[in-house]
Parts: sequence; structure tokens; C-alpha cells
Amino acid sequence: MAFEGLTTRLQNVFGKLKGRGKVSEDDVNEAMREVRLALLEADVNFKVVKDFIAKVKEQATGIEVQKSFTPAMVIIDIVNKELTELMGGTQEKLAKANKPPTVILMAGLQGAGKTTLTGKLAKLLQSQNHKPLLVAGDIYRPAAIKQLQVLGEQIGAQVFTLGDKISPVEIAKQGVQLAKDQGNDYVLIDTAGRLQIDEELMQEIKDIHAAVKPDEVLLVVDAMTGQEAVNVAKSFHEQLALTGVVLTKLDGDTRGGAALSVKAVTGCPIKFASTGEKIDQLEPFHPDRMASRILGMGDMLSLIEKAQTNMDAEKAAEMERKMRNADFTFDDFLEQMEQVRRMGPLDQLLDMLPGMNKVKNNPNFKIDEKQIARTEAIAKSMTKAEKKKPDIINYSRRKRIAAGSGTTLADVNRLLRQFEDMKKMMKQFSGMMGPKGPKGGMKALKGMFGGKGGKNMKFPF
Amino acid sequence: MSFFKRLKESIASKTEAVTSKFREGLTKTRDALVGKVGELFSRRKKIDEEFFEELEEILIGADVGVNTVMELIDELRAEVKKRKIEEPAELQPILSEKLVEMLRGSDDEVGMKENPNGITVILFVGVNGVGKTTTIGKLAWRYKQQGKNVLLAAGDTFRAGAIEQLEVWGQRVGVDVIKQESGSDPAAVMFDAVQEAKRRNVDVLICDTAGRLQNKHNLMEELAKIHRVIQREIPSAPHETLLVLDATTGQNALQQAKLFGEKSGVTGLVLTKLDGTAKGGIVIAIRNELSLPVKFVGLGEQMDDLQQFDADQFVHALFAGMAGTEEQADEPENT
Repeated sequence: MAFEGLTTRLQNVFGKLKGRGKVSEDDVNEAMREVRLALLEADVNFKVVKDFIAKVKEQATGIEVQKSFTPAMVIIDIVNKELTELMGGTQEKLAKANKPPTVILMAGLQGAGKTTLTGKLAKLLQSQNHKPLLVAGDIYRPAAIKQLQVLGEQIGAQVFTLGDKISPVEIAKQGVQLAKDQGNDYVLIDTAGRLQIDEELMQEIKDIHAAVKPDEVLLVVDAMTGQEAVNVAKSFHEQLALTGVVLTKLDGDTRGGAALSVKAVTGCPIKFASTGEKIDQLEPFHPDRMASRILGMGDMLSLIEKAQTNMDAEKAAEMERKMRNADFTFDDFLEQMEQVRRMGPLDQLLDMLPGMNKVKNNPNFKIDEKQIARTEAIAKSMTKAEKKKPDIINYSRRKRIAAGSGTTLADVNRLLRQFEDMKKMMKQFSGMMGPKGPKGGMKALKGMFGGKGGKNMKFPF
Repeated sequence: MSFFKRLKESIASKTEAVTSKFREGLTKTRDALVGKVGELFSRRKKIDEEFFEELEEILIGADVGVNTVMELIDELRAEVKKRKIEEPAELQPILSEKLVEMLRGSDDEVGMKENPNGITVILFVGVNGVGKTTTIGKLAWRYKQQGKNVLLAAGDTFRAGAIEQLEVWGQRVGVDVIKQESGSDPAAVMFDAVQEAKRRNVDVLICDTAGRLQNKHNLMEELAKIHRVIQREIPSAPHETLLVLDATTGQNALQQAKLFGEKSGVTGLVLTKLDGTAKGGIVIAIRNELSLPVKFVGLGEQMDDLQQFDADQFVHALFAGMAGTEEQADEPENT
């Protein structure tokens, strides 16, 4: 997921720094060299990188390291704060007009994902009980209007079009008028993709802007954009006075440095992140979480939120008790897999866990959903007694389980071994957690990795 | 013969029209990159750390890719030491030469592979929004101009309006499109298309696919299946699998080339949207690290805006007008 490589890189850097007594100038220089490379590899614009490094360096050099911290933690803290700030500090919401309808204009290069985003944003607004009207302003790309119509149909939102022979300025104007007449509270105007140096088309979108006076002008940026992001964002901002940015295709494995670049040159907040091909995969952008993710702390908050909405709290508490006492059985194992499954595709979950990016980059480590299904089959082929007490599984039982689950003896052996290892690990974990009262599994997790308040802040390295 | 003379001659031998189109499309790219490199080379009087650092930034700014840039800079450092170069101007031709070297493959890689006895199948792959469908429209037109019989396969059954988009291109160019319902299995569409292509005995079958991010396991498997189905029906096919890259894409393009290469055996690249200010420098890194050649570049939105890629022209266009390029080219070559 986003910023994967940056995470790994920074972890390496700070791994090197770990354990040294003081932050010397050399330490900082070495760390900053790596940070610079990492950011450049992540497609952050080189000018933005330069400024960023200068800022961090200034703060980090000669800083006093308090006893309870390591130099690495101090530097990470500074980098973290600066990154968060660079990306916009806090999360920003969509603008709302004092007098409806709120008019939102989409802008961006070809293929950034404007039309898809228009559909997704409409869906999001609908879920908040708004009534958006979609306006098909891309008259150039073949079948762009059709695309918006299909999206509109999928979510049950009205799409306004005058075909591809009328000027987009006129279409936009009439669209807004229609929204006023029939009481839509949001108007989303899709536009054709255009190069920021195409004077004719830039004039057109400026005319649209002048005609409908949008409350929100969103620049749609492909998260995979390289150094060019700066030029694009700057030019669009100068000509259109942007109010926000949306990052698309963030579910790819791009490091997404464009996010930093765009924010730095326009000063506009990144309002949404688009994270999938389904129409509901649009999330508010959380700069603070993204910064933690960059720093290898994983996106724990998102994971916890996901877990909270999908996990049965009681079951989680029970699970936690079992984990602590290490009386974990194959029944629990199956139960847990079921719960985790409900949270979404496993590789997406792993992305949010600290340190997991490293594991994922390992070519020997591949998450294979089929493998998981096989594991499940093995566990399900055990008798009740076997699930409760895996110790009784002898050779002939193994053979039966393998036959029953359509796997091989080796597969069964592997799972049994893994299960044993897991139990051992849990024992260690429970030792770490200490005799805290039962708080619910996820809360404990939150405490372990540092919750929002940062009271229990611990760096996982 | 000196490198730049060779370059000049090879370009002169090409039709003026193509060259000028190429040059025009690349003007913005050239202004942005060359202006800076030229300025750097003429402003700096000494080759020192600062010089290299600035050069590094310019190349990174063109999305050439961090690893490739570091490699390039190291090589330049070594040259400077070896040849005892002091003036930046002497280094400049070495830089362009190295870039051309990185970009140019053997001649048979540049052209499109064709099936001498039957249908040539070309499969298009890439992430979302890079311009696959548009490029297919342009390529179909190109083959049509050559008097070839072309058929298109609407393999993007996922994105809303994708089939219609290809159909519009089909009408514009005057070629038929084989399609199924939106949401149907793309491999089945390919099967139909290949059968139909065989029945009509067409020269070229161009297959569109849905854009997909390279880290989506299931979608990539779907692509592998499409590839297998085509291969099963015509064993030598697809004769070309072209990965379409957006010139504005940064380092992630490398990852795209790697993973699409694994799943669909990519044989070449198409670099689109080069008419903007994006430099598309990442193709240098891709060529360098994965030895995938660039076959075409997209230079605009018109039907005839797809041009065959030519490394000489590309670098020449990038470096044309750079002060003193040609005069000084001879010296370092002969020392």
C-alpha cells in the first residue's frame, strides 16, 4: 500500500541509529541522507524534499535526548511531526455552501480518475442523506458521459447531460440551475481531463468556474504521479484557485509521494483518498495516520476502526482472555479467522500493521487467500476432540485429516507446527501484557501500539 | 565516426514529417529538461560535488529514477576521473551518449513483431487511466493506414463505459469491435475475438483489457488467464504484449513493468501523454533495469498522434538546441 518503501527505508535508517547515546551531527546527516533518498524514491518532488530535509535537520541537530528516549525516537518524532504538518495537520471536510446547492468542480489530468471519483463522492454524500446531482461535463473523451450515467444508475443518482455537442460551460450552468429548481443540495461537475499547459481547455474550465462559482474545486491526482505532480498542481492552482485535493489509486503499491508534493505547492488540504475499484471505496484522508504509516508505525488507527466495526466486542474479549491464558484451541482459531475475514482482504489488513510492510516485501512471503482456505479446511476436518486437544493428533489421525481436507500430510504437519508456535508466542505476549484487567482485545492492542492520546506511545522497533 | 554525427545522419535519413511531429510533441519535455541541463552546463565552470548534486536533481526531477540516476552519476564521476575532465561542457556529450545507450536496444526490438503466417495478436495491459483504449484506437488507425485488416476486442468489461469508448474508436477508424455484455468474463471475450479473427482471417487483432493495479492479486491472475486463452488459441500469440505507461507516472512505473511482465509477459512499452511537460524519464530506468523497449509514444489526442519510438530521436529531441553539443562531441569520443 501507500508509502511502503518509505516505511522500510526509514526503519532501516533508524535501525542504524538505534542504541547510540546522543544525536550527533553525523548521525543526523546520515539519517537525513537516507530520508532524502527514501523520499525521492517515493516520488516526493526534489524541491519539497530539500525544504523538508533542511527543516528537520535544523530541529534535530543538537537536540537534547532525554533519558527515556533513544536518538532514533527523537528524530522520528521530529520527522513525524514535520511530515504530518506537511501533509496538512488535521483532516479537512468537504465545503458546504451557506445556501444550497453546494457546487463541486472536478479538475485534473487525463486518466486521474475524475469520473470514477464523481460517482464515489456522490455515493458518499448519499450515505450522509444528501441528494447530489451529477453533471456530465466531459464532452471530449468517447463514452465519458456514458460512464458517468452508468455510475449514476448504479447508485441511483441523477445525471444531467446535454450530450457532447453543447459547451461544457453551458452544461455546467444548466446543471446547477436544474439542481436549484429541483432541490438537490450538492452538484458534482465532472470535467474532461486536460493538460495544465493546454491553454484552450484551461480557459474552458476557467469559464466553467466563472459561470457556476463552485464552493469546492477539487484537483484529482493519481497517487502514482511522479515529479510532475508539482507542475500540475501549481498550474491548476494558479488558474483555478483549488480548494482541495483528492488522491486516487492509493490502493496500489505506489509510495504516493505525490501527496506530499501537491500539498506543499498548493497548500490545499487533501480531502479524500480513493482506495479501490468499488464505488464505496472512498475514505477521508487522514494526514496524521499517513505520517505514522510512513514511519513504520503502521496505520493502527484505521485497523482498530475496522476491527471495531466488524468484530464482536464480546467475542474479542473472550479471545483475548484465551490468548492470555494460552488455552487457545482450533475452534478459537477458526473463529478468529472468521472474524478477521470479515474485516476485509488480508493483505490490506497487513498493510496497516507496523513492520508488516517489510514482511510483505519479502518475495517468499505471499498472502494467498487459497492457502488460507486450505488451512481452514484442515482445521475443519478435525474432530471436536482434536480441535480442543491437538496433542492427541497422531499419525493415523493426521492421515485422516489430510484425506478429509484434500491436502497432504505435509500440509497438516505444517499447520500443527505453526499452531504450536503460535501458542508459544501467545504465552510470551500474555507475559508482556501483564495482569491488566480484561479490557477487550482491541483496546489492549491500542494500548500496545499507542492510541490516539499517545499516552502509551511505544515505538515498535 | 562520432556519436553525434551518427545521430545526425540517422535522423536526417528519416522523413522530415515524422521527425518534426516528434519534435513538436516533445517540445515541452525538452524545454523543461534541456533548458535546465543546458543552463547547468553553461553556468557551472567547475565539475565539483555541487555540480553533480544539481545534475542529480535535474535527472530525478525528470523521473529518471533514483537508482538509475545514482548509477549514471557514478559512471560520470568515473569518466571524469579517467579522462581528467575539468570543464562541464566536456561532460555533456558523455551524458547524452549514456542516455541514448540506455534507451536504445537492438533494431529488431524497436519494430512491432508480426506473425508472418496469420493473425498478429497485440495485447494491451496497464493500470487504470493510462490511456490503453485511446492508444488502441490510434494503433488501429495506424494499421488501417497500412492497408491492414484490423479487429478490436473489448476486453475491459469492468469499467463503466469502457466498451462504448472502444466502439467509438472503432467507428472513427472504421474497424469492427468484438464485445460482450459489461461485466462478462474478459477471457471469454478474447476467445470469441480470436475465433472471429480466424474466421474473418484478419491481419491484426488488438485486445483491450481493463486497467488494474499491479498489486491486485486476483485481477492479475485474470490477466494471466486472458494471456493463456489467447495463447491456447494461437500458440505464437500474443505477438506483442504492450504495457501502457502514463508519462506522468513516477517510480511506481518500474513496479508496474515488473509485475505486469511476470503475469502477462510484457514485450514492450507505450509511453502516453508525452505532450505535457512530463518527461517520462522512468522509461530510461525501465529500459536499464528490465530491458523493456519503448515501442510507441503518445503525443496528443488525435488519431495520428501515436508515433513509433526512436531512441535517437527521443534523446536528440531532448537535447536539441543545447549549446555547443555537436562541436564538442568529437573530442571525448576519440580520447
